Amino acid sequence: MWLVNETKPTQVRENKTKEKKLKERREEKRRKRQLRNRNPSLRREREMSVETERSSTESEVSGLDYEETALTLRLPGGTSRVAGSEPDRKRGFSETVELGLGSDAPVGTRGVGSTDDQSDESPESQASVAEKPPAPKARVVGWPPVRSFRKNVMKSCKLVKVAVDGAPYLRKVDLEAYTGYHQLLTALQEMFSCFTIRNYPDEERKLVDPVNGTEYVPTYEDKEGDWMLVGDVPWKMFVESCKRVRLMKSSEAVNLAPRAQHS
Amino acid sequence: MREEISDMSEDDETGERARWAPDLSKNRSDDSDSGPGPPIGDSPPPFSDQVLENVLENVLEFLTSRRDRNAASAVCRSWYRAEAQTRRELFIGNCYAVAPHRAVERFQSIKSVVLKGKPRFADFNLVPFGWGAQFEPWVKSFGAAYRHLERICLKRMSVTDKDLTIIAESFPLFKDLTLICCEGFSTLGLAVIAERCRHLRVLDLIEDYLEDEDDEVVDWISRFPETTTSLESLVFDCVTCPFNFDALECLVARSPSLQRLRVNHHVALEQLRRLMASAPQLTHLGTGTFRSEVGFGEVDPNLDLVSAFGASRSLVCLSGFREIEPEFLPAIYPVCANLTSLNFSFANLTAEELNPVIRQCHNLQTFWVLDSVGDEGLRAVAESCQDLRELRVFPLDPTEDSDSSVSDIGLQFISEGCRKLRSILYFCQRMTNAAVVAMSKNCPDLVVFRLCIMGRHLPDRITGEPMDAGFRAIVMNCKKLTRLSVSGLLTDKAFEYIGCYGKLIRTLSVAFAGDSDGGLRYVLEGCTRLQKLEIRDSPFGDASLISGLPFYYNMRFLWMSSCNLSMRGCKEVARNKPNLVVEVIRDAVEEEEEEIEAVEKLYLYRSLAGARTDVPAFVKIL
Repeated sequence: MWLVNETKPTQVRENKTKEKKLKERREEKRRKRQLRNRNPSLRREREMSVETERSSTESEVSGLDYEETALTLRLPGGTSRVAGSEPDRKRGFSETVELGLGSDAPVGTRGVGSTDDQSDESPESQASVAEKPPAPKARVVGWPPVRSFRKNVMKSCKLVKVAVDGAPYLRKVDLEAYTGYHQLLTALQEMFSCFTIRNYPDEERKLVDPVNGTEYVPTYEDKEGDWMLVGDVPWKMFVESCKRVRLMKSSEAVNLAPRAQHS
Repeated sequence: MREEISDMSEDDETGERARWAPDLSKNRSDDSDSGPGPPIGDSPPPFSDQVLENVLENVLEFLTSRRDRNAASAVCRSWYRAEAQTRRELFIGNCYAVAPHRAVERFQSIKSVVLKGKPRFADFNLVPFGWGAQFEPWVKSFGAAYRHLERICLKRMSVTDKDLTIIAESFPLFKDLTLICCEGFSTLGLAVIAERCRHLRVLDLIEDYLEDEDDEVVDWISRFPETTTSLESLVFDCVTCPFNFDALECLVARSPSLQRLRVNHHVALEQLRRLMASAPQLTHLGTGTFRSEVGFGEVDPNLDLVSAFGASRSLVCLSGFREIEPEFLPAIYPVCANLTSLNFSFANLTAEELNPVIRQCHNLQTFWVLDSVGDEGLRAVAESCQDLRELRVFPLDPTEDSDSSVSDIGLQFISEGCRKLRSILYFCQRMTNAAVVAMSKNCPDLVVFRLCIMGRHLPDRITGEPMDAGFRAIVMNCKKLTRLSVSGLLTDKAFEYIGCYGKLIRTLSVAFAGDSDGGLRYVLEGCTRLQKLEIRDSPFGDASLISGLPFYYNMRFLWMSSCNLSMRGCKEVARNKPNLVVEVIRDAVEEEEEEIEAVEKLYLYRSLAGARTDVPAFVKIL
């Protein structure tokens, strides 16, 4: 967080030289970015689709196959790869990201997370679907015509409250910012700064308070109001259905539904 | 969004909006090959004429509308000179239409500049990065010539920190910087502006794309003068990086003239309350987010928030509301009745959550919302906001096959309730001709009609017919229509109607529509006032392009992408019209020099400056 700015003269001068260096570094970065910008028209498209590529990786890890709604595009003359076909386990994204045509995504399919009234089930839209050209549509750049600013804003809207048993405060996390359970737990660990993650051999993860050895189990309340263990369902499903998170003391967590088998 | 200059669009060109200075390029309706205008720098006039010119100058000072100024400058040389001396606002709708030095030579006493760069489809990633529209040559010319420049408004320009530094250094009276959909600068440039523009009144950053990486952010808020400032407007909701909140709070407290404040999403309700307490005189407020930072036990932050809004008697415009927690919405009830403008387009609200708010907004004239409110939400809008002039309904999920909750039903509600509607932008998945026809009849004052049926080529959802009939009704019944965006399944007939009835249309956007060259021909031949035509993914070929030759000098630009154009046709246009710049833009990063016959993207525009010299490798000027 910001500290109050002191405006001593020497500091001002230092700030100025620092800024000059900042300026130069920034210019250089900009030049480098332009050079490695292999497909310039997709600069912002790429930023968006990288995020969805990451989440598609997670779905593969959990063994379920989700239709991607990512905006992807084939590089002209380049190899075409379906988004998510190459799992990239690395945390950061590589500088040149290759994109593939998501041409196989049928209209109206959103994956498991969508609600019951999918567009291809209601009678009117069935008529309109029937009217559409028969071939599955490839995604196109810039359609629908919504500015990147708006798209980026609407993406990260999955804030949930996180409560810890025994602590008097809540925090908020944006589930969309993470690509998997490990990232989320790491973030929780940093946030509450008093836990370490202890991995159990059967893939259970618990957070432990090193001071008193108390174990906490991450749980969440889903859309139906049931309290579940975090990690039971595929990540995307979790993001979709999670309303809030509670780090429950292990001793109290015995009454929760038993862990489901990983599919 | 400000009521006066929302988006800096030219949709409302009536006398009331007479802030804009005349176009530099000629604006005649005949197709005469108008030359560059009377020569600059001819010999001084005789004495009697000098007197006349002085009188004329005094009179022309009062002329503000740019159309009027254009007309006045064309009367004779004397009037041309007088008009040039008295013009204070320079409007350049296409930065490549004229060279900076020429503008500066003709107009010597400019105080306000409005400059637009990239074509609008750049907003949707259709224009490759690095295409152009650099502000640099302009700011250098202005810096040398206009000591008294007070205001700069840029839209879709590439602006660097260095350019901002030149602004700060060159114009001692500088008051107003507005950047819309620009990119290339960072918090570093903002810091320079804040620090050195001592008379700054307006710093509005609207949907810009800043270059910051998170670790290189500069604390620009702290750089405003420590004394009382003359700030009237500070808008920075598009600046994604965090900022120094304490510094902002102090800044707001020492800016007694501050009327418009829009913060970014790093502000939660607790902080918003503090800002509002420091500035109860605000008229326009952008809340950033609308969520509580931390829930602490049983304390209800609602209480404080309600009194904060209750104390803001002057609020007429609210926006922000990102990451909204609807339980806090009742806090804004005290100001609802005064609101003329409300932007919920980043708030994922249901109809139930919207209802109690909108029911109180009787005076609303501008409303932006997400389609999450559904047709039911729009019904509530229609029933509550009889005075509505502008409505924008954005998609919560901006993908082609998303499940939108608004449809023709919502449009019908709106048309029945909001009879004074002038401008509408409506994203949906399902639409009928009947609803569009109803709107055309119920809302005869429509100036802007933009319908985006997100699924491509979708017909009337009930009859299965093309959407031709709906748009026909719009152009027939809405006699004031100047801007139109079409979508859905459309045949050439739709364009025949547009050409036949859309005589006032200045801006037309077409996507995935039409059957053949005939469609485009209708429009080019029929829409005599057409200025800006942007087309994508429609089957229009060389023949239709060439049919427009008599009209391109009357237009600001034509954009065509993913149509059926070839180099042959484009070259013929270029050959035929020397004052047109014909740009063929490639996406490809291939290094081959061989020419591909098919033209993927065409951008042509009239220009007094000839082919630009800053062309990147992927652009070819024919």
